[in-house]
Amino acid sequence: MSAGKPLPHDAAPLHVTGEARYIDDLPTPRGTLHLAFGLSPAAHAEILSLDLAAVREAPGVVAVFGPDAFDPMPDCSPSVHDEPLLAQGVVHYLGQPMFLVVAESHLAARKAARLGRMELRERPAILTVDEALAAESRFEDGPVVWQKGDAAAAIAGAAQQIEGSIELGGQEHFYLEGQVALALPQEGGDMVVQSSTQHPTEIQHKVAHALHLPMSAVRVEVRRMGGGFGGKESQGNALAIACALAARATGRPCKMRYDRDDDMTITGKRHDLRIDYRAGFDAEGRLAGVEFRHLMRCGWSQDLSLPVADRAMLHADNAYHLPAVRIESHRLRTNTQSATAFRGFGGPQGMVGVERVMDHVAHQLGRDPLEVRRVNFYAARVDRPGGCLPPSPATGRAFFAGNPPPEDFRTLITPEDIFRQKMGGEDAEALRVLDAEEVDLTSRGAETFQHGEAPPAPEGVQTTPYHMPVEDFIGHELVGALAESADYARRRAEIAAWNAGNPILKRGIALTPVKFGISFTLTWLNQAGALVHLYQDGSVHLNHGGTEMGQGLFQKVAQVAAGVFGLEAEAEAVKITATDTGKVPNTSATAASSGSDLNGMAARIACETLRDRLAAMLAERHQAQAAEVRFAGGRVTVAGAEYSFAEVVGLAYQARISLSSTGYYRTPKIVWDRKKGEGRPFFYFAYGAAVSEVVIDTLTGENRLLRVDVLHDTGRSLNPALDIGQIEGGFVQGAGWLTTEELVWDGKGRLRTHAPSTYKIPACSDRPPVFNVALWGRDNPEDTVGRSKAVGEPPFMLGISVLMALSDAVAACGDGSVYPGLDGPATAERVLAAVGRQRG
Amino acid sequence: MTQTLQLKINGSDLRLDLDDPRATLLDVLRERLGLTGTKKGCDRGQCGACTVLIDGRRVNACLALALSHDGAQITTIEGLARGEDLHPVQAAFIADDGFQCGFCTPGQIMSAVALIAEAEAGLDPERIREGMSGNLCRCAAYAGITEAVLDATRALALEEERAA
Ligand code: FES
Ligand code: FES
Repeated sequence: MSAGKPLPHDAAPLHVTGEARYIDDLPTPRGTLHLAFGLSPAAHAEILSLDLAAVREAPGVVAVFGPDAFDPMPDCSPSVHDEPLLAQGVVHYLGQPMFLVVAESHLAARKAARLGRMELRERPAILTVDEALAAESRFEDGPVVWQKGDAAAAIAGAAQQIEGSIELGGQEHFYLEGQVALALPQEGGDMVVQSSTQHPTEIQHKVAHALHLPMSAVRVEVRRMGGGFGGKESQGNALAIACALAARATGRPCKMRYDRDDDMTITGKRHDLRIDYRAGFDAEGRLAGVEFRHLMRCGWSQDLSLPVADRAMLHADNAYHLPAVRIESHRLRTNTQSATAFRGFGGPQGMVGVERVMDHVAHQLGRDPLEVRRVNFYAARVDRPGGCLPPSPATGRAFFAGNPPPEDFRTLITPEDIFRQKMGGEDAEALRVLDAEEVDLTSRGAETFQHGEAPPAPEGVQTTPYHMPVEDFIGHELVGALAESADYARRRAEIAAWNAGNPILKRGIALTPVKFGISFTLTWLNQAGALVHLYQDGSVHLNHGGTEMGQGLFQKVAQVAAGVFGLEAEAEAVKITATDTGKVPNTSATAASSGSDLNGMAARIACETLRDRLAAMLAERHQAQAAEVRFAGGRVTVAGAEYSFAEVVGLAYQARISLSSTGYYRTPKIVWDRKKGEGRPFFYFAYGAAVSEVVIDTLTGENRLLRVDVLHDTGRSLNPALDIGQIEGGFVQGAGWLTTEELVWDGKGRLRTHAPSTYKIPACSDRPPVFNVALWGRDNPEDTVGRSKAVGEPPFMLGISVLMALSDAVAACGDGSVYPGLDGPATAERVLAAVGRQRG
Repeated sequence: MTQTLQLKINGSDLRLDLDDPRATLLDVLRERLGLTGTKKGCDRGQCGACTVLIDGRRVNACLALALSHDGAQITTIEGLARGEDLHPVQAAFIADDGFQCGFCTPGQIMSAVALIAEAEAGLDPERIREGMSGNLCRCAAYAGITEAVLDATRALALEEERAA
């Protein structure tokens, strides 16, 4: 069970037999009630009256809560308290919850929820980014601008220029298990909540606040999710709060599950946006300066939009050194679902911007886009003298529970900081429902402007647009290796020849790299805890703060823990049970790809503490040094004696040694000032690259993915099987975002694509016939758990290669004079239109 | 009006009284019988998470009215294993990493069992992918799923050979 082995998921046997339980599968106590929201039929309107009499009289209804039922109205926001559980006075999007029905069955609740009668006076709805810009409807006072050098001058002074814009659609998470929560009232007013959430502490915090209880009176448990992808970082708050309130009011367990349609209508999605860009470059395509303007459609409430938009800016460079750059980011408020976290957290959006620039530059110069990408890469990593890896810091990496954090751990936050931000529009201000003391510290939506100073970049080292030195860049070797293994150059030439002889079908190929920053940009979230118990029979029980949503986190952490005790070979030596706020407190969301980095490290530290105690005990017994005690192969040896692990634990128990320990880890080195856009927000970067080949039908716009080759950097993989699964899954999801997954709102703000029949996620048949995935497999130069790298999000952006390959195929329809300018998702309609533009 | 329904589920005969003639087979399985291995992904016949076998054929249980299957033999994921041993399709899904979050897995497996029995796809990966495309997997474990169906097809063929 050691790190590095390709073991299947810990729960694999449960999954294939149907025994794995998700929240909707848990046996509910007799008398459990079921909840449903009544939804707004308008995108923006004043509520003149709300008549719930028919709802109350409907069969099976036990209670109905309208906007006047709570004072103050509970808030569901992970940031600035602008999400009342139920609309008050004004509705802000079509689908916003207006009242809450509690009934004897799920069906009864849903049926009754349709019976609300309301009189609404419609207001003009702001649906698009252009409308929002015109109305100055935004979060924060104005756009956020980060710059390095004088981009405008650099562009003007360059030999050639391009200018353009790209629209990128949003993305529905479509976690196969929809949002669900179950609240179980306890004695003395306490509450236990089962929630399908990536962020149990957030649920605990929000429920405690809604019930006016201390957090210690609320316990949240999550065994697993049927997919999360960021959609369960904040979007489960409303269900958990509603269940807890109804459970308190009725004294009965309460459960809420959104039906698929409701889920898609109510919950937030990936941010869609438009990126306007300008760039100046030389004859080889080397950029002198570039400007981006991000127009992010954030929806009706702030949610996590600020850090998402930040991360889009943080990835505006991707793998390229931009000598002079200006990034302007508008966070626009619209009368639509509140856009939220989605795998990559804005990173993919920012990255497509610069990949688009590379593609556009190459087209203008008539060069191979890969060559243009390469001349713009960051300088290669320079290995330091005395070893191939830069030295890792000797101190400051980890500290144990009980020891105070070092002084450089500066986090200054006050409620005023949080409320200093202003949102545009009267509605927004009026929305604030809660007191200023209530601060949501563990949410990525929490805000602070003070994080300390980043040290200056070492001499001669290139920096990102946010002034972080890039010292570990492996793009040159990695892309070189992939171009060779995928036979890029030969295939590109072949495709050109093939295209010349085929007027109807056109093929295209593209290689795009990924450089993705790993860490939460809100520095203090980069911490984790674990709790490990050894039982007298030698079995190990572990809890950590991360949640399992299919990424295999539990298995990876169990492998790390087993390795510490030398229990590699024992199947299921380490038992990890449901994530529970009563076991590990103040957890960060399982997000930002950081699950195994943070929790694996915390678990390792807890296990090492216990192992050291066992070793000290044995050393004393055998008059040996603790360092001589070996834990390997399920055996423990010291001074010629050999014990089973269970025997050692038994001895330790009898010697009255504590067999329980916490472990605590915080990521070193990171400092970030988001206001200035300066610092080192990331501990390290994860790299990867993909080559995609596509074919399009120029008569219909239909297209197919023919072949994909991926080379991805997971550091020294903790579990290659799980990592390859993440890479393939991420790629497919990224490709889906940019090809078939189209969200359509009508002129009234109604989401028309609210079911899988109209919203097309990739199916088994969309997988390319050839799909090669290889791991780069070199150690992470930073001191991460087992020298591995995070793998949850980075592969998503490998899917960008598909959009660029489609662009290449479309370009093959013309004479090189018109840039394809393909927007995402590149649906068949869009491809067809782009082909039309090529052919004039 | 209560109606009575006879079903043979995973080998056991069951008599059920149904108040609501519109109850779906999926709700009967999950809510009346506690067979929660069959999942509800969309409840409208578009994701395949609820796939079960009715008289050996794969069906989306969320679209099947329980009453219209009076007398039918139903197999769900809970009834697939052979005593202590996993069914070859179940074993192949573990061996080939045919899932991540696992939510679609019971549906994928039931669908795969039927696909192999239909003997239409054989060992052609393209046809297997086509044949499995009614079962969505948002984690996109499609590579493992395809491999698992291939491996299970081989394993089942071998079993048949041995039995003959
Ligand atoms: S739940 Fe039946 S097909 Fe989706
Ligand atoms: S494994 Fe998650 S949906 Fe298929």
